[in-house]
Amino acid sequence: MATITLPASKLDQLKDVCKSFNNDKKELINVLHKAQGIFGYLPAEVQEIIARELNISVAHVYGVVSFYSFFTMLPKGEHPISICLGTACYVRGAEKVIDEFKKHLQIKVGETTADGKFSLSCLRCVGACGLAPVVLVGEKVYGRVAPDGVKKILEEYT
Amino acid sequence: MGKYNMHVLVCGGTGCHASESETLLQNLKTEVLEHGLENEVQVIVTGCFGFCEKGPIVKIMPDNTFYTEVTPDDARVIVEEHLIKGRKVNRLLYTHPETKETVADSKHMDFYKKQLRIALRNCGFIDPENIEEYIARDGYEALARSLNELTPEQVIEIIKKSGLRGRGGGGFPTGLKWEITRKSVSDIKYVVCNADEGDPGAFMDRSILEGDPHSVIEAMAICGYCIGSSIGLVYIRAEYPLAIERLKTAIAQARDYGLLGEDIFGSGFNFDIELRYGAGAFVCGEETALIHSMEGLRGEPTVKPPFPSVSGYFGQPTNVNNVETLANVPPIINQGPEWFSTIGNEKSKGTKVFALAGKINNVGLIEVPMGTTLREVIYEIGEGIKDGKKFKAVQTGGPSGGCLTEKHLDTPIDYENLIASGSMMGSGGMIVMDEDDCMVSVAKFYLEFTVEESCGKCTPCRVGNKRLHEILDKITQGNGTREDLDRLRNLSHVIKDTALCGLGQTSPNPVLSTLDNFWDEFVEHVVDKKCRSGQCKALLQYVIVPENCVGCTACARNCPVNAISGERKEIHLIDQSICIKCGVCMEKCKFNAVLVK
Amino acid sequence: METIKLKIDGKDVTTTKGTTILKAAKEFGIQIPTLCYLHLEDLNIENKPAGCRVCVVEVEGRRNLAPACATECTDGMVINTHNIRVLNARKTVLELILSDHPTDCLVCAKNGICELQTMAQEMGIRELHYQGEQSHYREDTSPAIIRDVDKCIMCRRCEMMCNEVQTVGALSAVNRGFMSVVAPAFEMNLDHSVCTYCGQCVAVCPTGALTEVDHTNNVIRALADPTKTVIVQTAPAVRAALGEEFGLPAGTLVTGKLTAALRRLGFNYVFDTDFAADLTIMEEGTELLNRLNRHLKGEKVALPILTSCCPAWVNFFEHQFPDMRDIPSTARSPQQMFGAIAKTYFADKIQVKRENLVVVSVMPCLAKKYECQREEFATDGNPDVDFSISTRELAHLIKQSNIDFMSLPDEDFDNPLGESTGAGVIFGTTGGVIEAAVRTAYEVQTGKKLENVDFKELRGMEYIREATIDFDGLPIRIGIAHGLGNARELLQDIKDGKSHFHAIEIMACPGGCIGGGGQPLHHGDSSIIKARQKAIYEEDRNKAIRKSHENPYIIELYEKFLGKPMSDKAHHLLHTHYFDKSKEITVE
Repeated sequence: MATITLPASKLDQLKDVCKSFNNDKKELINVLHKAQGIFGYLPAEVQEIIARELNISVAHVYGVVSFYSFFTMLPKGEHPISICLGTACYVRGAEKVIDEFKKHLQIKVGETTADGKFSLSCLRCVGACGLAPVVLVGEKVYGRVAPDGVKKILEEYT
Repeated sequence: MGKYNMHVLVCGGTGCHASESETLLQNLKTEVLEHGLENEVQVIVTGCFGFCEKGPIVKIMPDNTFYTEVTPDDARVIVEEHLIKGRKVNRLLYTHPETKETVADSKHMDFYKKQLRIALRNCGFIDPENIEEYIARDGYEALARSLNELTPEQVIEIIKKSGLRGRGGGGFPTGLKWEITRKSVSDIKYVVCNADEGDPGAFMDRSILEGDPHSVIEAMAICGYCIGSSIGLVYIRAEYPLAIERLKTAIAQARDYGLLGEDIFGSGFNFDIELRYGAGAFVCGEETALIHSMEGLRGEPTVKPPFPSVSGYFGQPTNVNNVETLANVPPIINQGPEWFSTIGNEKSKGTKVFALAGKINNVGLIEVPMGTTLREVIYEIGEGIKDGKKFKAVQTGGPSGGCLTEKHLDTPIDYENLIASGSMMGSGGMIVMDEDDCMVSVAKFYLEFTVEESCGKCTPCRVGNKRLHEILDKITQGNGTREDLDRLRNLSHVIKDTALCGLGQTSPNPVLSTLDNFWDEFVEHVVDKKCRSGQCKALLQYVIVPENCVGCTACARNCPVNAISGERKEIHLIDQSICIKCGVCMEKCKFNAVLVK
Repeated sequence: METIKLKIDGKDVTTTKGTTILKAAKEFGIQIPTLCYLHLEDLNIENKPAGCRVCVVEVEGRRNLAPACATECTDGMVINTHNIRVLNARKTVLELILSDHPTDCLVCAKNGICELQTMAQEMGIRELHYQGEQSHYREDTSPAIIRDVDKCIMCRRCEMMCNEVQTVGALSAVNRGFMSVVAPAFEMNLDHSVCTYCGQCVAVCPTGALTEVDHTNNVIRALADPTKTVIVQTAPAVRAALGEEFGLPAGTLVTGKLTAALRRLGFNYVFDTDFAADLTIMEEGTELLNRLNRHLKGEKVALPILTSCCPAWVNFFEHQFPDMRDIPSTARSPQQMFGAIAKTYFADKIQVKRENLVVVSVMPCLAKKYECQREEFATDGNPDVDFSISTRELAHLIKQSNIDFMSLPDEDFDNPLGESTGAGVIFGTTGGVIEAAVRTAYEVQTGKKLENVDFKELRGMEYIREATIDFDGLPIRIGIAHGLGNARELLQDIKDGKSHFHAIEIMACPGGCIGGGGQPLHHGDSSIIKARQKAIYEEDRNKAIRKSHENPYIIELYEKFLGKPMSDKAHHLLHTHYFDKSKEITVE
């Protein structure tokens, strides 16, 4: 028999989340949002438990998790960096900003640095087009970021 | 706005929020308190003013003074100068970019002059977290009137007569949709608000939800009354935390006031609203995909018919409207369909909200009557192109739309005209591009988006868009051929013709419209191997300017691939077939003799 | 039903409202090509995602092309199914599918029977105008099924089968866009999933993305080894379907030719799994009566008893209902009973050591491949059944061995493990196992002779059937389910205490073994499965003996070797136990 192992406190928390949605399978996406809130990401074990609690197949849960870009199976860095790739940011040079981050962090988009400090991702339009190009580090928004400003942003967190 | 003499409105839209408007708000409140003005002056946070370019925005009422680019440190001067001494702070006023005159009253600013705000009527005027402010501006009157004085059929008739069409992109007549859903026989029906704004470069819905959530709630209740539904669902992007918070607050307040719940206005009509969260899939803007997502499934679309109005959420009749569409409903009922239908032009009534962005002076959220021309939007409201550059194109409709050019500038903006020009209304993104933008790259950018957002269900979208993107990439890499241009066109037409849902059916629009409007640029890329805007790195050429070259050999010695020939003290030459475009020659040349073009 | 009129390719067509364009066209002799669409009418299985877009047609007045499979006809519609616009679109779509598909057709397991290949040929695709990156995934080999999903075209038939029909939930569409594919959770291998190896995904896959693990080479090697005695058993459903592989119409019985072919292939003894089916009835029937009589005496016993001869079904409840694993009969499946008897009783009889005896089974089933690899079915690491090959693999083997199947004479099985009754034969169809059990149980319980052995009330294709059989005044309530989704319903009823049956027969595949995952491909034509069922009952009718307990070799086996049903020896060799295969949750 294969086993699924999770810390006891988080397991209970996860089960409570499912229960709060009446273990209703149509609430899967809401449950996944909450679960990602607890764990920071959605490892296989978490998806197994959710599948069991909502009485659906784990393949289905994974099918949903892998469909939506908001859900991730990889832990994010301590400071998740998101670069807006909305059109406004794109035409104002967001790509060059991404390249700069990649160069400094030595990771690709979607990856986390070896020390777990930073992770890099793209997102589509945060609605701050007036500040394009926009970069988010955690919740903090940086507007009008130029490639040569990238180093300074990173220094704030090192 | 009650007992206060003065109101300080601080923009809490996302753009301003990102520019420390929260700290500014706190500072203003502290200053007001410290100066003992708390009984006379009320400081409130509002929804987006629209003028994001110059954020954070602070507006003082009743004198309508409009301060731009206000920093947290400016709180003191605003309180001490304006509120106490009655003197406007000149340096915070808006300065006209050309005349250099300052404008204090927003009504006189070009940005607002041409605008007509219906959907955005309350954004920037009221505290979105206070239901009383919404009520004070005729809020929930339309609901009361509908429930007490009108039959559902009469309300539907009003909406039909107004000419309101879906603002999410398709432009389907709203009243007709309501009527079809009403006629679908079922005990359970649903009203769904599509707030899964996923178009890159569009934030209309977000601004409405953040700035005026009650208008959406009210409209959903009216819709519920009309179609015979007591359950409303808002499908909202999880990446919109502020909008979610405000919506939750607004729903709770509406319940407290008896405007949601059972027996609303004693009419026997019950209605309540729940939230469902999107999780980052553009395709969920398509109604059938959205419904599947709400059901806890992958957000894959299904063939229509059956339309959601007949068989939607869990097989029940479901009316899906987008945020902006709904926001138009209460004013239509309050002011009558005739009023609304006088705005706009023949087939497109009312106004449209656009997120104006890109290489334009005034980036922001605007609302203009249908039929306004692109020129008016770009040159009057937007005050022209940034840094005095030349206008090249304007992209409307996001990944489903197209790029329009100079020749389209005087086209009145409406559903039909935009489609006829090869673009579409879409949800309202409007991105302005200048001479530095490469149109092949722009088409590639949109296709990259579509490839990433395709759900993968149907072949044309899953594989076809991937191939379109690959061909475009090949062209920007300098490896394109004339045949590739034919391939692009045929494939684009087939994808439009065969894709399952609206996403796929419109995804080639950015390619087709750029092929139509910027054919020369495509030909240059594939035949001359040139990118006139210099965006396509692979097409750059490093050349030696003979007049400046002194024959020092520095470039030739440092060239890693020996692409440069020339004797000492003679003019050097770069062999383009060998050059790898590393740029070392340019770096090493002390005489500005290496040029990139 | 409202009648509507429309025009298809210039022809006036009358059809009923609600009919799809595809169906309406077909009624009038217009075959619109389809790829993802699948409709097994007799089994009420339909896959209609409208995803491949190969079936698009032009509907005049409509902006874009319409998928014929999912678009309903409306009055006055004017449809063109093959004008230049449609043909260009259809070919381009097909080219797009091919552009993301490996081109190793010549060495693909589906070469010649691939629906994509056939369509490319029929559409005259000679060049791919749109080439580019292809999506690549890890190949996954499980004990029974190979997933080479580079060849997946996202028709979603397997996903539909696995989830809607079988409710197994091993597969789902995962990822999105260009990288979307059908896979188990976390894109792990099938053997990490809840897969039952029923093989229904393989049975409907239009391409080489899902195929069986091929054991023909193992068989060829064993046959070539002079130190080995190689014997073969062949399941009842095989004889009703193998002929299709040689161009015979569905439902042609080829028992005699099958036996002859196996002999030509070099098997030392050609036996029949039907013999073991008779043996199963002896054990399972006895167990049924045992439980029933104890129940009648007021003892607390697990009832209803569930049949256990279907390995996919066993896998299903081990994964999904592990807490109910005391309910199914402990009787092994006929394949395993055969193996156990062959490697003991028969090996002794012919004086061949166990390790020198190779038992091959020919099965309509892919789960049998997994079943024979179960540890509990081996002695000192030597399995009771060495290799299980499918009906399709046998056809390949026959073709490879230069045997002209059609000109073979009819031959008989060898004895003693080749003699069987009609009861053993009907094991191949839904309802057959329980009918066979009733024939024996009735006579054992009542001590009376059955006048009529045909229990028509147990036959049919309805997914869930029930009947009450009068055991001389004792009403025995019987349930039948085929398709695991339907089995789940009956199982859930038991769990909820709502089941009123004494015995339930379950077969994992729709139609039973005749519709198994290892059978010749039906390509969406469910009349094939019905024809096979008819053939099975025909074979039963033609048998001289139609009740298991009257099989003389079975009687001899008990007399000389086993003693009586459920004896210690029988228990040891012919019964098994089940495992909890669900995942356990532990906390740190």
